[in-house]
Amino acid sequence: MTRPAPRATLSALVYVWAGLLVATVLSYWLGTDHVIGSTTPTYSVLIVLVAFVKVRFIGLYFMELRSAPRLLRAAYEAWCLAACGTLIALYVVR
Amino acid sequence: MPGEPGIWIFIFGDMSVFVLFFATYMFYRGKHSVLFADSQRLLEQGLGAVYTVVLLCSSLAVCVGMRALRQRSSGRIDDFASRSFVIALACGVLFVVLKVLEYSRKFAGGITPTTNEFFMYYFVLTGLHLFHLLIGIGVLGYLARVARRSNVTDRQYAFMEGGACYWHMVDLLWIVIFAIVYLVK
Repeated sequence: MTRPAPRATLSALVYVWAGLLVATVLSYWLGTDHVIGSTTPTYSVLIVLVAFVKVRFIGLYFMELRSAPRLLRAAYEAWCLAACGTLIALYVVR
Repeated sequence: MPGEPGIWIFIFGDMSVFVLFFATYMFYRGKHSVLFADSQRLLEQGLGAVYTVVLLCSSLAVCVGMRALRQRSSGRIDDFASRSFVIALACGVLFVVLKVLEYSRKFAGGITPTTNEFFMYYFVLTGLHLFHLLIGIGVLGYLARVARRSNVTDRQYAFMEGGACYWHMVDLLWIVIFAIVYLVK
């Protein structure tokens, strides 16, 4: 893994925040039947994926894990992956 | 490391407890998908999105505050960081007000935690999150207070970083709750 990154600039934080807002609108749009004939399970899986992409960005940029010791960042990323995978698996397998 | 190791043990532990709850919810969702889907229709998805936006703004304010604190030369008294934390705290209070109103509407409509399994999960998950958020508001109040001092010790600063991370955790937990309770069908 690469060295910890330098702390994010203020503009980077604002871009991440704006991206998170867009992702929120996207999730809302996916989750409220705005697309006629949408395949519900696919959209639901996408919603969970988008949620954990947001969770990852919050950890990396807001919680400053990008510039934290690599082990801590790796643990967080692994946790996100495991949590996301578990929830999607439980959704898909019924 | 942002904050002290202890806060990260706590954060990972707390997040894992929530994921266990989420997994249990998803499991039972699979067993009663029609009941869960029908009940979910009674939730206010738009409001769920508003909560998310409110918390994202509060998290940004916390980041801005921590940056301002870090860049401030020691010995200077500068209100900017403290005011950022107060803005974050105000967002938190707004969340609580909206949540209480949401619960009130549910109760008025005869929907309680004992109505059915979906609503049991809804109230438990959002209620547990609300409890964490209320503690977070206290943490933000502490951040706002300490940030007003001209000299913040390294120890205090590490504690503040931990507090900021706790608040971001409250934010990210809501993001998952919004996704799986309000949106996923």
